[in-house]
Amino acid sequence: MTDSIAMLARYFGVSIRAQLQYRTSFLLSAAGQFLNSAIEFLGLWALFDRFGHLAGWSFAEVAFFYGVINCTFAIADALTTGFDRFGSHYVKTGDFDRLLLRPRPTALQLAGHEFALRRIGRLLQGLIVLAWAISALDIPWDAARVALLLLTVAGGVAFFFGLMVLQASLCFWTTESLEIMNVLTYGGVETAQYPLSIYHIAFRRIFTFVVPLGCIGYFPIVAVLGVDDPLGTGRVFQALAPLAGVAFLGLSFVAWGFGVRRYTSTGS
Amino acid sequence: MSQIEVRSLAKVFRVAERRAGLAGAFRGLVDRRIREVHALAGVDFDVERGELVGYIGPNGAGKSTTIKILAGILTPTGGTCTVDGLTPWRDRRRHAARIGVVFGQRTQLWWDLPVIESFELLQRVYRVPAPVFQRNRDRMVELMRLGPLLDTPVRQLSLGQRMRADLAAALLHGPKLLFLDEPTIGLDAAAKLAMRDFVRTLNREEGVTVVLTTHDMDDIEALCERIMVIGQGQILIDGGIDDLRRRVGNSRVLIVDLEDTVSVAALEDGLRGVGTRDVRVTGRRARIDFDAGVIAPAALIARVTSRFEVQDLFVEHPPIEHTVAELYAEHGEGEA
Repeated sequence: MTDSIAMLARYFGVSIRAQLQYRTSFLLSAAGQFLNSAIEFLGLWALFDRFGHLAGWSFAEVAFFYGVINCTFAIADALTTGFDRFGSHYVKTGDFDRLLLRPRPTALQLAGHEFALRRIGRLLQGLIVLAWAISALDIPWDAARVALLLLTVAGGVAFFFGLMVLQASLCFWTTESLEIMNVLTYGGVETAQYPLSIYHIAFRRIFTFVVPLGCIGYFPIVAVLGVDDPLGTGRVFQALAPLAGVAFLGLSFVAWGFGVRRYTSTGS
Repeated sequence: MSQIEVRSLAKVFRVAERRAGLAGAFRGLVDRRIREVHALAGVDFDVERGELVGYIGPNGAGKSTTIKILAGILTPTGGTCTVDGLTPWRDRRRHAARIGVVFGQRTQLWWDLPVIESFELLQRVYRVPAPVFQRNRDRMVELMRLGPLLDTPVRQLSLGQRMRADLAAALLHGPKLLFLDEPTIGLDAAAKLAMRDFVRTLNREEGVTVVLTTHDMDDIEALCERIMVIGQGQILIDGGIDDLRRRVGNSRVLIVDLEDTVSVAALEDGLRGVGTRDVRVTGRRARIDFDAGVIAPAALIARVTSRFEVQDLFVEHPPIEHTVAELYAEHGEGEA
């Protein structure tokens, strides 16, 4: 484990140095990411400026949801470039063979493909929004709350990482571009920026049991904010919910394993 | 136990047949015709420690399939294979830590990184202890003459330089078995010679077992004591170069340097009734193709020296390309 982390750190070190060689390009794309999500947030602000609140949620509360999910996604996004480009970079070119020739798990090597520094733009924007939300809300912070917030972020990173692993796994069957998965990744971020309680019950079920977006955002955040859940869930469930993200990642690795086995039996 | 043991190894690929045209593509969506391709149809061989084996065959004969299975990146459909006691595709990671692989057409290095940084990353990936790594690295840098190239990004290397770096990279973790897939492809004459030198040194001095696939018969003649020829998924010949030649008959060439220029007609006249196949003359040198089973080389030489003034003469085997081409023709293979 520590050995794997050391290897990943080495890969990231190399990747970061490579990106810093093209400093202008890095600064521009990071700024682009920042502005992109900042403008999105401006839209949210305009909405609240006009209507005051959203189904009983204040602007600051929604900003908290927004900030957490964007930080989460930014971190996962930075770690998964290798999976995002898996079809075009590894399967089509046969470069996946190179990973199979090395004595390490293929998924670990792919995670090391790049540490995408440009995602710092979204992360920064998410952190600013989160900081503002925290200052605007009167949350009685204690160790348990901080721990749960960190667990929420960890579960969320695991969930989005799992989505990317799943997307890459599909490339073993089709090398066509998988636009449909963007519905879950970018669409997922959009969805989880708002409290789950505003959605129709059918969507709430899907986002809890199928694609557990609610479990890595809404439910634990409700506990962190210390408000009662309009959906009626209890504190224990809310605190454990982020583990669904870890379970989701586990399942995505099972799919990945099937894909690798298919690759090694067909040779393409 | 042999280092590599391969028994009845079989690989069947199921290939969806494509139909012509757009309409055909749509039909293919609902009604897929699957064709079975037998890339390997029962292959058996052993490789002992320290051997240098040439593995040759036309495109599509099953060479790459065999190498991929031995390297652990392809699962066979039948048969068994162990390398140092491990089954490559089942113990992929442990197996990968013990072997070195170089694909001539594809680099194992990081395209944008200086060579030395690729080496250092590989040290981590293969968990090579620092003192072992330093020793192997220094040895390889010296052997492959990589010193001046260490700080150059891989993408700026010439093909020959890149192959040297790739070969070094494959050996940093000290594997005792090396698979080389077309290591001289695309290299210029000097780089080819250098590459053969490295491979020979590795085999003789470091005791590394080498399995080498190539299309270049000069590689084979320069390096391999043993050759395996594969065609249509089966091993056609497994033996020394002499076995290969014997298998396709007794073709020989007698090369004669004459005192004076002699016309083809005069030569043919002098050899009438002996059973030679073909006579060519360039200047004072004559090349006489014959079958050693029809006329013994000694008898032919006696005949030539009795009729003509000879400065020098020697008997040659035909180039091995011809031998292999004849063998493929015998087995109905297209390309040689």
